[in-house]
Parts: sequence; structure tokens; C-alpha cells
Amino acid sequence: MHEMMVAENLLAAISDEAAKRDVKPIGAKISCGKLYVINDEALSFAFEAIAKGTPCEGLKLQIEHKPIQGRCKKCDETFIVDFSGPQCPKCGSEDFELLPDAPLLLEEIEF
Amino acid sequence: MQKVNVAKKILSANEEYAFKNILFLAEHKILCLNMISSPGSGKTTILTRTINELKDKIKIGVIEGDIQTDIDAEKIRATKAPAVQINTGGTCHLSAAQVNRALENLPVNELDLIFIENVGNLVCPSAFELGEAGKIVVLSVAEGDDKPAKYPAIFAKSKVLLINKIDLLSAGAQVDFDIKRVKTDARKLNKAVEIFPISAKTGEGLTSWYDWLIKSVEKNSV
Repeated sequence: MHEMMVAENLLAAISDEAAKRDVKPIGAKISCGKLYVINDEALSFAFEAIAKGTPCEGLKLQIEHKPIQGRCKKCDETFIVDFSGPQCPKCGSEDFELLPDAPLLLEEIEF
Repeated sequence: MQKVNVAKKILSANEEYAFKNILFLAEHKILCLNMISSPGSGKTTILTRTINELKDKIKIGVIEGDIQTDIDAEKIRATKAPAVQINTGGTCHLSAAQVNRALENLPVNELDLIFIENVGNLVCPSAFELGEAGKIVVLSVAEGDDKPAKYPAIFAKSKVLLINKIDLLSAGAQVDFDIKRVKTDARKLNKAVEIFPISAKTGEGLTSWYDWLIKSVEKNSV
């Protein structure tokens, strides 16, 4: 349930932006790499719980999971890593390095 | 209704602390390893045995993460190695800020290596960088051989996989655990991962783990 810490940081970031504009935020879009293993339901639940009584109460979260990227060590191809059988689509090699996961980003707020 | 682009990093506070930890550890020439596993896989036993058996070669300190109690830090201190206990009070993982404070309470000028024993959990700790040089994932045979397939993130990110309690396999216990499957599944996710099957209880397989540790401390990287 590391989603709670994510929710706390998210609430702080959205509250900051809302305070600047003095309007109630009604939605927010976030994105993150799959290695953050964020569960949408757990994050929305945590956010809902801590946003109660704040201007962010009732805000709807939309979460986009960015695919994991790898780089083939044989042919240098960058590709999307499918954990059920990761393999370079170009040369078929299974020897690859994981590229850094997409950051956890607050992309957009809807007021 | 209005949509505003923000593009703000959410865990930037954690990342800032992780970066501070990286600089601090580099300044003191300390290698730091973040140990992650399910509860009960044997992390603390691996650490106490490793500390005792490498006593004359490497000076080791430990940061212990648990939801509550300082049972684990006490076990480490019994080996005479310095240990700092962090109690997360319910949180399922350590944060870089907690590690930052713990580092201040270790005798860093005397240490070559710091282990962070994360809260027992195979999912959440993998999402939080603490400033470590590498992650060590521990899997004990009683947990089953399907874990790399079911929890890929931590196996994909780790430098080392320790398969612990292998004494149970030869002791005739009723454990269905196919080491070959674990190795294949883990390497599918992470070809470069070092895999050491060990028993922290009997000592089997520990020499290869110790050799890897000594080598990594010497070059101060993994």
C-alpha cells in the first residue's frame, strides 16, 4: 500500500496548484512507469480518504501507466518490455537492459 | 471547466533525498545495498551470518526497517555491528528521507558497507529509490518458485537474487520448489542478475555470496 505515500504527495502538489488559482480542482491526470507498481484502485481510495475536508475532496484521478522500456544489448534496439517473455523484437535476443522507469508525474489538473 | 498542464514530479521529495544519500555515501566511500523480500525469507539471519563471517574483511553497518519493534536491530547489534532501527509505524516501505536520518546515526567513518533491510514486502519497496548502489532480492524456497513470474518488478530491478533456505530442499521437506524455474524466470526479466542459492542456517552456498560482496566493496560499485 505504498499508494498512500503517493497520494499524500499528490494531494500536496494539487493543493499547491489549486491555491495559486483559488479554484476547486475536480480532476487530475497522472502518469507513471509500470515499475512503480501503482494500483489504480488503491491510489484512488487513499486519495479519497486523505482529501476529505480539503478543496480536493471528490476529485477524480486518472492514471496512465507508461510501458517499461528496454534496450537490446546485441543490436541496441529500444523496445517495450513485456514481462511475460521479454525479447528484442528486432533480433530476438533476450539480453537487454531496463531503461529508467517513466517518472511519477502529475500531468494535468482539471478545474 | 479548464485543464491545466502541470507536469510536476510527484515523488521528487523522495528523489532529492535519495540523491543526497548517494552523495553522502560516495563522500564516505561506502557501498550501500538495499535488501528486499517477503517477511520471513531470512534477511536478518543472512545479515547476521554475513557480518560475523566477514568481520575481519569488511566493516558493515545496517539500517533496519520494520513497521514496529527493534527486534531486528537488536539481532544485528548482538554481532557488535552498528545498527539503526527505523519504525515506519504502518508504512510498507522505507523512504529516502528516513534513510537519510538513519545515516546520521551510523559511525560512517568506520564503515565499508551499509545494508538497508527494507520492510518485508515484495511490492512496495521496489518503487522507492533510497540512494543505494543496488538492490538485493531474497526469496526463500518455502515461498514457492512462482515469485519472479508474479512479482516481476523487484526481480527485474535487482543486482542479486539470493535463494535462501535451500537446506529445506535436501532435508526431504515437502517443499515444491524448482530452482531451475526460478533462475530461468529471473534471468528472463534480468539477464545480468547474480543468483546465489544459499542457506543462511547451514552456510551452504555462502562463499560465492561473500566473494561477490568483497569484490563489490573493493570496487565500490555493483
